[in-house]
Amino acid sequence: MTTLRGKTAITGVGHTSWGKHPDRDRLSLMTEAAAAAIADAGLEKGQIDAVLVKMANSAPSILWGQKVAEALGLQPAIGLSLDQGGAACTGLATYAALAIEAGMIENALILYADTPRTGSRAAMHRPRGDDAVMGWYSVAAGYAMLHRAYRETYGANDEDFGIIAVQARAHGAANPHAHLRLPLSMEEYLSGPLVVEPMRRDDCCLVSDGGAAIVIGATSRAADRSRAVPVLGLGQGQESWEVHLRPDLLQTRAQASAEMAFRMAGIGRGDISFAQLYDCFTVTVLQTLEDYGLAPRGQAGARARGEGVGVDGWLPLNTSGGLLSESGTPGLQLIIEAVRQLRGEAVLQTPAPRFGLVSNQGGTMHTHATMILGEPQ
Amino acid sequence: MTRPMPEITDINRPYWDGLAQGELRFQRCDGCGHAWLPARTHCPQCLGARAQWQVASGRGQIVSWVVYHRAYAPHLQDQIPYNVAIVALEEGPRMLTNITDSATGEGFAIGAPVELTIEEEDGLHLPRFRLRA
Ligand SMILES: [Zn+2]
Repeated sequence: MTTLRGKTAITGVGHTSWGKHPDRDRLSLMTEAAAAAIADAGLEKGQIDAVLVKMANSAPSILWGQKVAEALGLQPAIGLSLDQGGAACTGLATYAALAIEAGMIENALILYADTPRTGSRAAMHRPRGDDAVMGWYSVAAGYAMLHRAYRETYGANDEDFGIIAVQARAHGAANPHAHLRLPLSMEEYLSGPLVVEPMRRDDCCLVSDGGAAIVIGATSRAADRSRAVPVLGLGQGQESWEVHLRPDLLQTRAQASAEMAFRMAGIGRGDISFAQLYDCFTVTVLQTLEDYGLAPRGQAGARARGEGVGVDGWLPLNTSGGLLSESGTPGLQLIIEAVRQLRGEAVLQTPAPRFGLVSNQGGTMHTHATMILGEPQ
Repeated sequence: MTRPMPEITDINRPYWDGLAQGELRFQRCDGCGHAWLPARTHCPQCLGARAQWQVASGRGQIVSWVVYHRAYAPHLQDQIPYNVAIVALEEGPRMLTNITDSATGEGFAIGAPVELTIEEEDGLHLPRFRLRA
């Protein structure tokens, strides 16, 4: 059996500033990010032969991948827009790696931009189908169901969730790129207003304008091997069921996704140097740590508090602030931070990292994708 | 702004008609016996196209619940705080509902037994539940 392990690498990354962009649209933000990522990869624009876009959360659009390619002045072999919720950017990286290894393309550009901060937040507040008659609204409420189930089932306390927010905000405060550079104490977390109980304000990620892009190509053909970060493992698993139809609220197909990625990478859980886990809400991080086999069921928060998730901790987690502090953008910032860590270019640099773990997920843990990256060779 | 209304289709009409007649209905597959909500034309387990509407006992238990402190639509502004709960019917199907005993979830617990109470609002018959002793 052939393997994708290490065959492709992330050769370039780029993003706009995060926060408010009242005078920009999505194409403008994506073009800026794309130019930065292509330059970082040491490529010319014409060497990009795949334009792979995650559909904008706040503006679903037909032929969106083609609109983006047009703005970039490209006629790529492959151009598409994928809807996998917040798992899409790592999903796209998977399909890029497959197409590169199959010899169909050479350099894929993966992009996302959105303007929910200055534009519409309707997608996040939306009525959820016919269940809206029961008051069922918003993205947050689905995660609040998980948060409640986690708390009640495991007897977890508020601090078990709070540590995820407090640590992310400490990392974001140190990150000059971060949308929110305001540290959060545990006391402030605990006294924060309830949004959808039991979730508090600071359990919820930011809403940020901005754009990001990465370039993936064959590792062996990278312009600068010393900065090409090899993709060692890729996995996916789709829970699919709505939260209320799910037989077990506290286990998802994130488990299967991680199994697939670790098997491809050929490494164990203990080999991981840091993790950038999709932290749209604090409970997502606790569940992902447990679905990934990085902490026992119900113990992720206690372990994070006891052994630390800072740069010197048990597991350096979301070292640039994640969705809770760097940017609410759905996923690419986590991959970009993993690349910076493995290149040794991060603001809060972990010591000599060898293997980095990234999770992307969407819906209410409906979709999941995992990426394991290695140090440049 | 008024509350949203469900989209009544040929597929889900028996569900809403049932509530108007005082009963909570769910579907059961002729082929494999799987039971489900919301309404579908095909069984999600065996993909068979033949199913019967059955009347639920109305008994179930709480799977999880949340309390909204924020109104995500204008008509919800004077309703907060209110709860939304997941209830598992004893026949198997699960649904989103409200527990009528306490807006803020006092006395709720995972696994707590509940029973159906159908309430009429704005001409809609809504399947809600109350805690069962
Ligand atoms: Zn069946």
